[in-house]
Amino acid sequence: MSVSRGVLKALGVASVIVLLWGGCDRGREPNQQSGTGATATLHYFTWSDYVSPELIHEFEQAHGARVVVDTFSSNEELLAKLQGGASGYDVTVPSDFMVSIMAAQGMLAELDLAALPNLRTLEPHLQHPAFDPAHRYAVPYLWGTVGIGYDSAVVTTPPDSWDILWDRRYRGRISMLNDQREVFGAVLRSMGHSMNTTDPGTIEAAKQKLIAQKPLVRTYASDHYDQLLASGDVVLAQGWGGPVARAMRDRPSIRYAVPKEGGTIWADCLVVLNSSPNKALAMQFINFLIDARVAARTSERLLFAASNREARTWIAKDVLENPAVYPPADLIARMEWMGDVGRAMRIYDRAWTELKMQ
Amino acid sequence: MNHSPPSIASSPSGRSCSKSSGLLLPGLLWTTVFCLLPIAVVLAVSLATRGTYGGVLWEFSLDNYRDLLHPLYGRIFGQSLLLAGAATGLCLVLGFPLAYYIARLPPRRQALWLVLIMIPFWTNFLVRTYAWMFILRTEGLLNTVLIQLHLISAPLDLLYSNQAVLLGLVYGYLPFMVLPLYAAIERIDPALIEAAWDLYADRWSLFRRVLIPLTKPGIVAGCVLVFIPSLGAYLTPDLLGGARSMMVGNLIQHEYLVARDWPLGSALSIVLMLIVMSSLLWYFAAQPPQARERGEP
Repeated sequence: MSVSRGVLKALGVASVIVLLWGGCDRGREPNQQSGTGATATLHYFTWSDYVSPELIHEFEQAHGARVVVDTFSSNEELLAKLQGGASGYDVTVPSDFMVSIMAAQGMLAELDLAALPNLRTLEPHLQHPAFDPAHRYAVPYLWGTVGIGYDSAVVTTPPDSWDILWDRRYRGRISMLNDQREVFGAVLRSMGHSMNTTDPGTIEAAKQKLIAQKPLVRTYASDHYDQLLASGDVVLAQGWGGPVARAMRDRPSIRYAVPKEGGTIWADCLVVLNSSPNKALAMQFINFLIDARVAARTSERLLFAASNREARTWIAKDVLENPAVYPPADLIARMEWMGDVGRAMRIYDRAWTELKMQ
Repeated sequence: MNHSPPSIASSPSGRSCSKSSGLLLPGLLWTTVFCLLPIAVVLAVSLATRGTYGGVLWEFSLDNYRDLLHPLYGRIFGQSLLLAGAATGLCLVLGFPLAYYIARLPPRRQALWLVLIMIPFWTNFLVRTYAWMFILRTEGLLNTVLIQLHLISAPLDLLYSNQAVLLGLVYGYLPFMVLPLYAAIERIDPALIEAAWDLYADRWSLFRRVLIPLTKPGIVAGCVLVFIPSLGAYLTPDLLGGARSMMVGNLIQHEYLVARDWPLGSALSIVLMLIVMSSLLWYFAAQPPQARERGEP
């Protein structure tokens, strides 16, 4: 009896230790160079799996600096961490709408455009983006669209309208993003409205249309719809182009289309935080990341489009011609940036919760 | 409550409390800094207003709680309570025989079984949940095996349902039920069971009139340990439920991280905390007084 009690206690203690150990953050990336004191250090706060170590290494070599990378997984997490007092970061990568929010909160430093020669060759539609027309705070870095990934072996006619997501033939084989603004954005566009509407009646009508769609939807997923497409679990997925392009590698019959009603265009932007202790180095880092060749390598790896139009020269042809990565030029005019909807957020929120509880 | 509230003075060694009270200091400090203060912050935020860009405006308002009166939130809480309750019940039904079996084994083999029960904890819960997705999905392991065995002709829709969520909760929290049950059953004097047999008790009355009363603290502890985390679960409904539905945990996470509505999220957290607290009060009320006074055998 007492033997087993002792064993149980020991096991309990051991499991607690294991749990605590597992819960511990192993901390930031190990320092490649032992800080000599003279080396400047740049803290880069970016999306997980958004940066290749060899590019970072090249920058470190070229500028004699050290770059420490930390990651976040959503715009909201980025904002929450910075608002929660995380400091010491120099450069980070919010998406378009989050740039507006961070700028309004006074979190961003004004950019020194003279230090950003690579900014001169931005893609035309990114030269004066609505969220920051004069690049006062933000430099577009990677961009893309939200559309429909589909399996052309099953969905034989390419979808040209969002309404295909309401087609009963594909019942149970459709996935939507688990993101209220994107899901409402798609349905609002399909009804001919702006995805940034704040009109309660319009949002209500959109909600009804989504409730009608719900029996057909297999899952609302934002982070693994590429796997669902690749495994054949779904044949139609609302999604960002990059992951759909990744699914094409595993299942060659996967295609990507942006419906004729248009959809979201997004851009992740490089910004310097107001609290950055290293603004000059931060400008060099941004200029490095948007350099045509560097951006081309990033684009090929992540399968998102580069903001620098000269990067197109260096990108492999199959990537450049993949509409999931580089949408056709005529499409861009039909796309819409996601804006902040202010107080209407609670209306969207309530509608989204009601959809989920159907 | 029908018994006197517990106090330090009623402990068997009720000698000088003043001398030992200094020992409480680290614990008190810990509780204040890491538990009470954060809860106070959450409570304060729940009474504030959402700023236009999602910050917190310190304007006092009860609107967040008033918003929660909407039947929609009642349904979310109701569904969560139902799922958590079902998970707790299933864990109890599955866990009791297992715990009983282990507790009746020779000590050496008990240790082996306990290690087996704890092994899943060595892997991250998220990874294990993903493993379930691979098992349950349309072209997954389970469907493939069933089709190969000609037990079914078309794949079953297993993933992305409330049943899958329930499975995930039971799978995840079963050890929390088995361990306290084991500790309680193992403590029972076998002579009592033999006495019950000698007095012509059948299996059912042995179970109902001897085992259950003697293991009640373990049953209650196990239920609380399973019910509380099930109620707040959000990974399982998201991944195994396909986010087609919401539990309270998903709603709170959504309010904090997606809608950036910290005041509403905080109000939800406070309500959830009140529910959890009342289930803990039930736990303490259900503890028989002698269980606390009895020393280790």
